[in-house]
Amino acid sequence: MTNFKLPDFTLPAALARLGSKLPQLPPTLALVTGLNLALGRLLPREPLEPLIGKRFSIRVLDAGMTLRFTYGTRGFRPIFAATAPDLTISARSRDFIALLMREEDPDTLFFNRRLLMEGDTDLGLLVKNTLDGIDLPRFDAARLSPAELLHRLRARLATPHSA
Amino acid sequence: MSSAFELVCPAGGLPALKTAVDHGANCVYTGFRDETNARNFTGLNFDDASLKTGIAYAHQRGVKVLVALNTYPLSDNWVKWTAAVDKAAAFGVDAVILADPGLMEYAHRTHPQLRLHLSVQGSATNYEAINFYRERFNIQRAVLPRVLSMAQVEQVVQNTPVEIEVFGFGGLCVMVEGRCALSAYATGTSPNCNGACSPGKAVRYEETPAGMETRLNGILIDRFGKDERAGYPTLCKGRFEVDEETYYAIEEPASLNTLELLPELMKIGVCAIKIEGRQRSPAYVTQVTKVWREAIDSCRRDPEHFVAKAAWMAELNKVSEGQSATLGAYNRPWK
Repeated sequence: MTNFKLPDFTLPAALARLGSKLPQLPPTLALVTGLNLALGRLLPREPLEPLIGKRFSIRVLDAGMTLRFTYGTRGFRPIFAATAPDLTISARSRDFIALLMREEDPDTLFFNRRLLMEGDTDLGLLVKNTLDGIDLPRFDAARLSPAELLHRLRARLATPHSA
Repeated sequence: MSSAFELVCPAGGLPALKTAVDHGANCVYTGFRDETNARNFTGLNFDDASLKTGIAYAHQRGVKVLVALNTYPLSDNWVKWTAAVDKAAAFGVDAVILADPGLMEYAHRTHPQLRLHLSVQGSATNYEAINFYRERFNIQRAVLPRVLSMAQVEQVVQNTPVEIEVFGFGGLCVMVEGRCALSAYATGTSPNCNGACSPGKAVRYEETPAGMETRLNGILIDRFGKDERAGYPTLCKGRFEVDEETYYAIEEPASLNTLELLPELMKIGVCAIKIEGRQRSPAYVTQVTKVWREAIDSCRRDPEHFVAKAAWMAELNKVSEGQSATLGAYNRPWK
């Protein structure tokens, strides 16, 4: 198990000013692509059903980014309409990364005024608790050794594809 | 000193259960995904598959799994609670944590081998009440409400064969456990029967020019200045205007932290210490379990010279609700 701890950092203020003037589509596309790749694998579809048709906004405060997207039966996609989102989550980039790494508890960040969830709180709880409930595979560096990767590749190639 | 002193950690889901087990919990307490437990929040808790996996994971590592069924059934939904007791027993949990005497009677009669713990929601503050539950339903452990001073806890321990568990860390409320109607007054949903104090559907957070506002069913609960630490939007911890003064009129948002009382709690014969927070994430469970495991081990090795390390306190303060940590009722001078 690694003892790495994410350092506390805030991106330079100039970046927030610049970021807010840049197109928000590329980072939003990167986010929804990542989410869609995880969908059905790491992210279970069934508990996310109440999210269908809901509009989300992720505000990365120190990067000046506001990523707007929605969830539908075909997955996550960016949205462009300026209508009010159902749920907005705001935090610094460092804290979003720490949440993804399960290094920080969202309630702790909220108590410390580093995370704000506006809009439909129940929707926010569903998202938070669904993410918290995902039993991620334990990271094992040994599984990434060249010999292990080669072994897994061979095993996969030897397995006949199912329809 | 008590020969066994268990660390009882919260788990709102499988990853939290696993991290509690991995970091030194002796027991993990859980709940089903419905109103049969007092942390009935959207998306939280265990479905059947994840609880079975969690029980197997814990048992392989010598850790017990408890299931909280600590809300109060009504006549029209009684079977939901008895079905939950049956399911917990069938899954092989180590104990169920109950508050309702009717449900206790059902569990005792139907599953005589199933260990029963009296929940804090049962609000039993004296040994007569606890002994009554023992005599009638053979409860093995009682979780004390957070209203007793250390001397009162000791008096309970000395006068009952029932194991006594106390809260060691986490969020505090006004402690009329199982009988609080404040949240129900504001939201129309009873925490005692539905399992959620300040349910998500009634909660709103909003950043305004005057500060960050928290509302419960439209009622302004608090407004936090720029760098002020925030708390959950519960009615008991709101700031209200009383006699032209705005302040925490009922209770301040504070977290209980009894780390420094560990030697005394062990000495008087308390058998388990409970960490609040099934609604929190695996990160919280990891951080808090690690600190308490280390502290309990240190205290057991040398209770005379036990000191609550600054690093432990800092780690616990970091995850606390509100502006301060408190020893709660344990150290109050009056009785």
